Amino acid sequence: MLFSPVPLHIPDGFLTLAISLIFWGLTVVAVGMAISKTNKTLGEKQVPLMGIMAAFIFAAQMLNFPVAGGTSGHFLGGALAAIVLGPWAAILVMTAVVGLQGLLFQDGGLLVMGANIFNMGVLTAMIGFGLYRSVLNANKITRLAVAGAGAWLSTMAAALLTSLQLWLSGTSSLQIVIPAMLGVHAIIGLGEAIITVAALAFILQARPDLLDSQAVAEKGGRGWIYAGVLISILAVLLSPFASANPDGLERIAEDVGFLERGLAAPYQILPDYTIPFLGETALSTVVAGIVGALVVLGMIVLLGSLLKKKEA
Amino acid sequence: MHADAFDRYYHAESPLHRLDPRVKVVLTVAFILSNALLPDGAWAAFGLAWLLILAANHFSRLGLDFSFRRSFIALPFALAALSAIFMPGGKPLAEWTLGPIQLIPTEAGLLRFASIMLRSWLSVQAGILLIAVTQFPDMIHAFEHLRVPALLTTIVAFLYRYLFVLTDEVMRLMRAREARSAALPGLKSGGTVFWRARITGNMAGQLFLRSYERSDRIYNAMLARGYRGQLRTLRAHVLTRRDWLILGLALFLLLFLQLLARL
Repeated sequence: MLFSPVPLHIPDGFLTLAISLIFWGLTVVAVGMAISKTNKTLGEKQVPLMGIMAAFIFAAQMLNFPVAGGTSGHFLGGALAAIVLGPWAAILVMTAVVGLQGLLFQDGGLLVMGANIFNMGVLTAMIGFGLYRSVLNANKITRLAVAGAGAWLSTMAAALLTSLQLWLSGTSSLQIVIPAMLGVHAIIGLGEAIITVAALAFILQARPDLLDSQAVAEKGGRGWIYAGVLISILAVLLSPFASANPDGLERIAEDVGFLERGLAAPYQILPDYTIPFLGETALSTVVAGIVGALVVLGMIVLLGSLLKKKEA
Repeated sequence: MHADAFDRYYHAESPLHRLDPRVKVVLTVAFILSNALLPDGAWAAFGLAWLLILAANHFSRLGLDFSFRRSFIALPFALAALSAIFMPGGKPLAEWTLGPIQLIPTEAGLLRFASIMLRSWLSVQAGILLIAVTQFPDMIHAFEHLRVPALLTTIVAFLYRYLFVLTDEVMRLMRAREARSAALPGLKSGGTVFWRARITGNMAGQLFLRSYERSDRIYNAMLARGYRGQLRTLRAHVLTRRDWLILGLALFLLLFLQLLARL
C-alpha cells in the first residue's frame, strides 16, 4: 500500500543520536505547547474531531492521480490541515499520523520520530498556516494562491530539513542529497499545491463557515505570520544556495564550528570508536552515558507504575 | 473493509505476547537506542544484536524468520545513505567517472554505509516484532502509562479506530471516479495532469467534509454513551515480577552489547 508517498519518513539508523535527540526536544516542546493551547481553547468535542481529522489525513494520502509513465502524485496534507484546523490542532493531528505510520507500518523510525514529526508536522504547519494567515483578509483568489504557495514551500522546506539532518548525521553527502531531494520535491510539491488549493476551493464552496477569516484568525495569533514568513524566507534563500553551492554550506558549518563541536562527522568518529557527543573519552564515561540513558528509561517506567498506583 | 484491515498483530500464545506492553515498548526503544549508540564497524556487537532479534522471534512463536521476511520496508531509503560510500577520508577503493562527476568509494565510506544499513535493518525488525506481538489498544494503553499526554494517545486511538472507515470512503470516491472515467483502449482519457490533480483535490475536499461531519455524529453517539473526555479500558495492566525480571535481563544484555562494542 502507498503509505509513503514522499521519501520523507526517515527510518531508524539514518540519523545520529545527537540529531535525533535535538529534534525530539524541539518536537516535544512544540507538541507540549499545542496540547496546552488546544486544552485551553477547545472543548472535549474537539478530541474526536482531531482523531477523525488525523484519519482523514491518513486516508487522503491514499488518494493519487496518474502523472506519467506509471508514477502518480500524492498528498502530504500538513499545510491543508494547518489551514482548516488551525496550527496547534494540525501539529497534534500530524504527530498522530506520523506516529501511527512509524509504529504500525514501520514507515519512519521510532528514535528518529521526533525529526519526522518536526519535518512533516511542525514545519508544514508553521509555513502553511503562517502564510495563509498573512493574507487572511485578501480576496479569495489571493488566499488560494498563497495557500498553494504555502503547500509547495512546506514540502520543499521539509525536504530541505530532512536533507540537512541526513547530512549532519554523516549519512548523505550534501552535494548529492540536496539537489536530489529538492529536485524530486519541487515536482511532488506542485501536486501538493494543486490538491491543497482544489480542496480548499471545494470546502470554501460547500462549507464557507469553516474557513471564514474570523474562524481562522481565532485558531492562531499573529505570531504565526512572523514564524511562517521567516521560515519561508529562510527556506527560499537556503535552498538555491545549498543546491548551487553545497561546498559553501559545508564551509559555513565548519566556520561556525558546528561540525567539530557538537555533531562530529562520522569519519572523525571512526578511528577511535567513541560516540560524538561524549567525545574522545575513556570507556568508563561511555558506559556511564549508556547506563544513564538506561536508568532514565527505567525510572520513567517506575515512575509511571508508581503514579498509576497512586491514582488507583 | 474489516476493522482489523490495517492491523499488524499476529496472534499466538507466547511469552512475548504475554509480556506487559509497557515492557515491550521500553525494550524496543532501548534496543533501537542501543543500535544508534553502536560505533560504526562494531561487527561483533551488531551480530549479537541480531541474535537478540532472533531470540525475540523465537520467543514470539511466530517463526525464526518472521521479522526478517518483513524487514525490507526501509530499503528504498537506503538510497539516501548511498552517498556515504563516497565520503572523503580513508583509503580509496576505486575511481569511477560518470560524466563530470568523479566517484571515489572509500574504505571508511563503505564501512559507514554498511553500519547505517545494519542499524536500520535491526531497528526495523524490533519495530515489526513489537507491533506483531502487541495489540494496538494495549500499545496505546502502554503509552498512557509511560506518561504520553492523554490528548495525544486519544487522538491516535481515534485515528486507529476510524482509519479503515475513512479508507472505505476513499475507495468509494476512487471507484466513483473510475466509473466516470471510461476510456477506449489505446486512447488517452481524461484531461491534463493539472486537471487530474484538481479533481483529486476536490476529492480530498469532499473527503474532508464527510470526515468532519462524521466526527460530529461520532461525538454525539459517544456523548449518548457517557463519554466524558477520555477513553477507558477494561484491561488493567499490572507489572508482574516476571515482567520486571525480563526487563532487567534484556537491559543488562543491551548494556553488555555496548561494552562488547567498545572493548
